[in-house]
Amino acid sequence: MAFLEISHLQKFYGPTHVVQDFNLDVEKGEFVSFLGPSGCGKTTTLRMVAGFETPTSGSIRIAGKDVVNLRPNQRNIGMVFQAYALFPNLTVAQNVAFGLKVAGRPRAEIAERVREMLGIIHLPELGGRYPFQLSGGQQQRVALARALAVRPQLLLLDEPLSALDAKIRISLRQEIRAIQRKLGITTIYVTHDQEEALSMSDRIVVMNAGVAEQVGDPFTIYNRPATRFVAGFVGTLNALEAVVTDPARGALTIDGQAVVLGRPIEAASGATIGVAIRPETLALGQRPEADGVLRGNVRDVQFLGSVLRVRLALDRQVVALDSFNTTALRPPAVGDPLEVSFATADMLVSAE
Amino acid sequence: MRLQRVWAWLALAVGMVYFLLPLIATFEFSLRMRRGVYSFDAYRVVLADPNFQATFGYSVAMALLTILMGIVLVVPTAYWVRLKLPRWRPVVEFVTLLPLVIPAIVIVFGYIRLYNTSSILPLTGTAMGTNLLLLLGYTTLALPYMYRAVDTGLRAIDVATLTEAAQSLGAGWLRIMTRIILPNVLVAVLSGAFLTFAIVIGEFTMAALLNRPAFGPYMQLLGANRAYEPAALAVIAFAITWACMGLIQLVTRFQKHTHLPR
Repeated sequence: MAFLEISHLQKFYGPTHVVQDFNLDVEKGEFVSFLGPSGCGKTTTLRMVAGFETPTSGSIRIAGKDVVNLRPNQRNIGMVFQAYALFPNLTVAQNVAFGLKVAGRPRAEIAERVREMLGIIHLPELGGRYPFQLSGGQQQRVALARALAVRPQLLLLDEPLSALDAKIRISLRQEIRAIQRKLGITTIYVTHDQEEALSMSDRIVVMNAGVAEQVGDPFTIYNRPATRFVAGFVGTLNALEAVVTDPARGALTIDGQAVVLGRPIEAASGATIGVAIRPETLALGQRPEADGVLRGNVRDVQFLGSVLRVRLALDRQVVALDSFNTTALRPPAVGDPLEVSFATADMLVSAE
Repeated sequence: MRLQRVWAWLALAVGMVYFLLPLIATFEFSLRMRRGVYSFDAYRVVLADPNFQATFGYSVAMALLTILMGIVLVVPTAYWVRLKLPRWRPVVEFVTLLPLVIPAIVIVFGYIRLYNTSSILPLTGTAMGTNLLLLLGYTTLALPYMYRAVDTGLRAIDVATLTEAAQSLGAGWLRIMTRIILPNVLVAVLSGAFLTFAIVIGEFTMAALLNRPAFGPYMQLLGANRAYEPAALAVIAFAITWACMGLIQLVTRFQKHTHLPR
């Protein structure tokens, strides 16, 4: 039995079906991200777990106990909000102590726990400050400490890094993950940032239009997307049109250039289907291990520091390629004829 | 540019004369009780009058009770409307503005008709009952100021998220109200409170028609019978009102946890 079991969860706002038959089992200590565009139902699902929204139907069980009918303040769930939501009238230490005070813990224990939590978030000296005297990153760390101080059975984070600037976002996501690992707390993390989800999670739930499209570990989600939406939302993708010439062998043409996938395709001969390939799986020039080749002319070249991004014009369609920058690399010039190769196993067929 | 400045200063000067001249004249007149010299005799007489002390004490007590009642009524209402009933905000706002539209005399006559000695709830039958009625009347009069002040205060904080944060930490409604919401709108509540105080101290209509020994009717009585003392009283009343306004400014600086953009 999983620690958190969400089964057949549904939520309607009037006629709008915002969460559709959502099912998920989360093991104790696991870090699961809900990833999706805004309005996909990820925050609503999280808020139903927290108790701020009531499900239209379905059940949420934490440690075997159905919590749907419990009020938010009875669930013992720690929550971190995008807007920090520190109490402006209380100092950092009082903020962290708030939940413990509510629980009626003895004063000495509260003081000790506050000290411990401020240590964990590396802000031991700031207990006497008020929230407005802290930076955004510091405020969010305090919010994390406040949520964790009461030793909740579940930690929920609702886009906690969205309001912060890029550098702090990256350092703080490592810190959050480290704290989560150290305390072994079961965590659900809502984000629309795929990089956050991929880098932090044990498992990712990719959501779209109220439906969980795929649940899996980051590696699988990225490399073996189950649906076209997942493939397009997680990572960048070259979406191409191809005409099937021999479904049994997986032979097709992309702008007239033949590619043989070597696996059967579920489409009739002559049908136009969608295929996709990630920019980083394409390589410049011919490679021995690559069994697929596309030829075209260089449309443009973007130098992004660590990565060189080349856009190659086929006949009608354009393919983007990402190559790691090395000093040996000579960037192609615009208009040059260019050959790119790839492993046909990396090419996704949208019907799959 | 230069001409514009001249006009601005002129407008300011006209405004100052318009407001200050009557005040200065009143103050000057209040000092002339003793023939030939300026003295504070009129103030001495007023302050020593046991009726002044009694009515002023009564009105201060009523003002404090009105403030308390206003806080208990308005803070949870404004909070709840912001949190759960945002669509009802215009309606509630309209209701709270009604006392500005309906004159106090209409309200008090309504009260007297509804709560007279031959009604189901004969509040006017006893002094205590009438005091309660007056308190309710004052609360109504102060409602527009109190509600607006508190609502503005609530606008400055993220009510919904703070509430949810407190809930997720196990807090119930009472604790959320007293530990989170009220302290964060305290400046707003206090500015509403001082306005309420100023209104109640000078209120005449309700107190007179309900026949309660308040400061307003006392001022009127004195004004009808004496020459210099009413002027002194008027200056005192002004001073109290201004002190209230000054206190509003002061308390905003007491708050440690906010830095007000000024």
